[in-house]
Amino acid sequence: MNSKTLLYILKRIFLAALTVWIVITITFFVTRAVPGGPFLGEKALSAEAEAALNAKYGLDKPVFEQYTTYLSDILFRFDFGPSLKDRGRDVVDIITNGMKVSIKLGVCAAAIATVVGVVLGAVAALRRNKLVDKIIMVVTTAFVSMPSFIMGTLLLLLFAQVLKWVPANGATAGGLIMPVITLALYPAAYITRLTRSSMLDVLGQDYIRTARAKGVSPVKVIFGHALKNSLIPVITYLGPMLAYIVTGSLVVEQIFAVPGIGRDFVNSITNRDYPLIMGTTIVLATLIVVMNLVSDIMYKVVDPRITLE
Amino acid sequence: MKKNPFSLHVNMDDFIPATAEEKEYMVQMRPSTTFFKDGVKRLLKNKVATVSFVLIVLITLTSIFLPMLWPYGYDQQLGQVWGRPMDPSYNNLAPFEYGTTEQARIAAGESIFPHIFGTDSQGRDYFIRVVYGARISLGVGFFASIIVLIIGMTVGSIAGYIGGKVDIIIMRIVDIIYSLPDTLMVILLASVMKVSLGALIEGTVLAKLGSNMISLFVVFALLYWVSMSRLIRGQILSLREQEYVLASKAAGAKSGWVIKKHLIPNCISVVIISTALQIPNAIFTESYLSFLGLGVNAPMPSLGSLASDALNGISSYPHRLVIPAVVISLIVLSLNLFGDGLRDAFDPKLKN
Repeated sequence: MNSKTLLYILKRIFLAALTVWIVITITFFVTRAVPGGPFLGEKALSAEAEAALNAKYGLDKPVFEQYTTYLSDILFRFDFGPSLKDRGRDVVDIITNGMKVSIKLGVCAAAIATVVGVVLGAVAALRRNKLVDKIIMVVTTAFVSMPSFIMGTLLLLLFAQVLKWVPANGATAGGLIMPVITLALYPAAYITRLTRSSMLDVLGQDYIRTARAKGVSPVKVIFGHALKNSLIPVITYLGPMLAYIVTGSLVVEQIFAVPGIGRDFVNSITNRDYPLIMGTTIVLATLIVVMNLVSDIMYKVVDPRITLE
Repeated sequence: MKKNPFSLHVNMDDFIPATAEEKEYMVQMRPSTTFFKDGVKRLLKNKVATVSFVLIVLITLTSIFLPMLWPYGYDQQLGQVWGRPMDPSYNNLAPFEYGTTEQARIAAGESIFPHIFGTDSQGRDYFIRVVYGARISLGVGFFASIIVLIIGMTVGSIAGYIGGKVDIIIMRIVDIIYSLPDTLMVILLASVMKVSLGALIEGTVLAKLGSNMISLFVVFALLYWVSMSRLIRGQILSLREQEYVLASKAAGAKSGWVIKKHLIPNCISVVIISTALQIPNAIFTESYLSFLGLGVNAPMPSLGSLASDALNGISSYPHRLVIPAVVISLIVLSLNLFGDGLRDAFDPKLKN
């Protein structure tokens, strides 16, 4: 790794930190802009009760002081304050509980999507313009343009209601199967298309012809030369894939009643539970930004040919 | 005389002036084609794109004109007649079934317009709700893309043409907005704005649209212009360095002329294509937000909110979920395929 790469990485880390800070700032000021204040909700309160609540949550202080307190609470104590609707529970508590389920869901979906996508993409590229290739391309085109909530609801209808193969409720045993499949479908289709086009590109390269001419076995050419090199674009997709899985899990967890962080987020919006909205937004946004950072850096490290800005 | 193949003598027969007929033969009798006509011809050759285009036009025309002809309104509760108690027989009708009073009228020999997709839990004709939902989705997609186009084009062309410090500052802002997780920010802004906007727009024309719809447009205006402005900046930067621009400047052209004659015509196809591809994106986002309950205000339907409402009765009334799901997938798919066709026809360079 040379100094140029290091400089690039430092620059990216700085940009990521800046992004996270901006997310926190936007979240803070946007929720403060809500009429009635973030901790008060909808109901009209008596003047004394409002004053007492304001004092309790520090809302009587100047906005800038509230902001610095919030920022230092998050950064140094990892404290997002108490939840409004779920009395007695901290936001951090709710988030960690939700995360346990959501991470399981997300990691399974990402793993399935990557494996299925790479295999199907490679098969399609090797069988170019044959029937298999055409079927794969048609199916992936359909999956790519179907919104995740449509996919989820239709799968729920088909497998849980009509065929009754799997439970409809994501909280039960085996209930994660459907949400995982729903979440994995779009990225799997996308990775298939990505792998196919990059594999076709690699298969046309001179070094593949050279390897074949030298008498390297076809299996080794496909796995050692072609597939390995065509996976580089897939790495760049890892960050966006995670972003998709995070946002997709918001609706998928809602549809299948999975007790994850996505459902907490959506419920916090309908409940106007602003501390929870802020907490989940910040945690999920940080996750996405960090994953984008990692996939960007990996991309540059894996392929030294890529010029650094 | 026998001809010697190696002779350098010129064969004078080759130099006889061509007759009028021969001249006619050499002239290409094809009308000159413009860039636009050429692109349309290529587009029409692409069957997938043509079919998609026809489908989009059909859906759009239906969603605009059908509600004018339809005998039921999208928010009309059929069981409710003024001055009488609510008639529950109209709620949750299956397709092509009728309520009790309608059945009585049919028995009396009257012909009643059928409820093609049945009715929903509040006795509203479901077909017209789906048509209205498609209208809302298409409208949001179209206008959001126009907003994105205007902001992105203005900022991008300023950054690209002026360059220097202005460009650096604008591009840093674009970088930061670009790296924000957009969906989360959209949800956050939409959820907060629909509360705070409600009071702000009360009594104005905007109130008719509803606070949720306005917040959707504001969110699009705030977050989605960045990729468009990047694209246009890049186009202008590369076009500015082209030889024909240099030649034009050397010949004494003013910058107004360069912009009008060189930059805009060369940018326009990229702009149109990316706007066309932005529409399905916007529809996607709108339906996603509506599904989460952040979209249009009730009782106005959108395809996303229809699907979300149908989720509660999924085991008894699956058709209510399948219909909006199919319509929205059809719209997004055909818009995407048409956009791809447009790109292939008008700017083959963009295809990678």
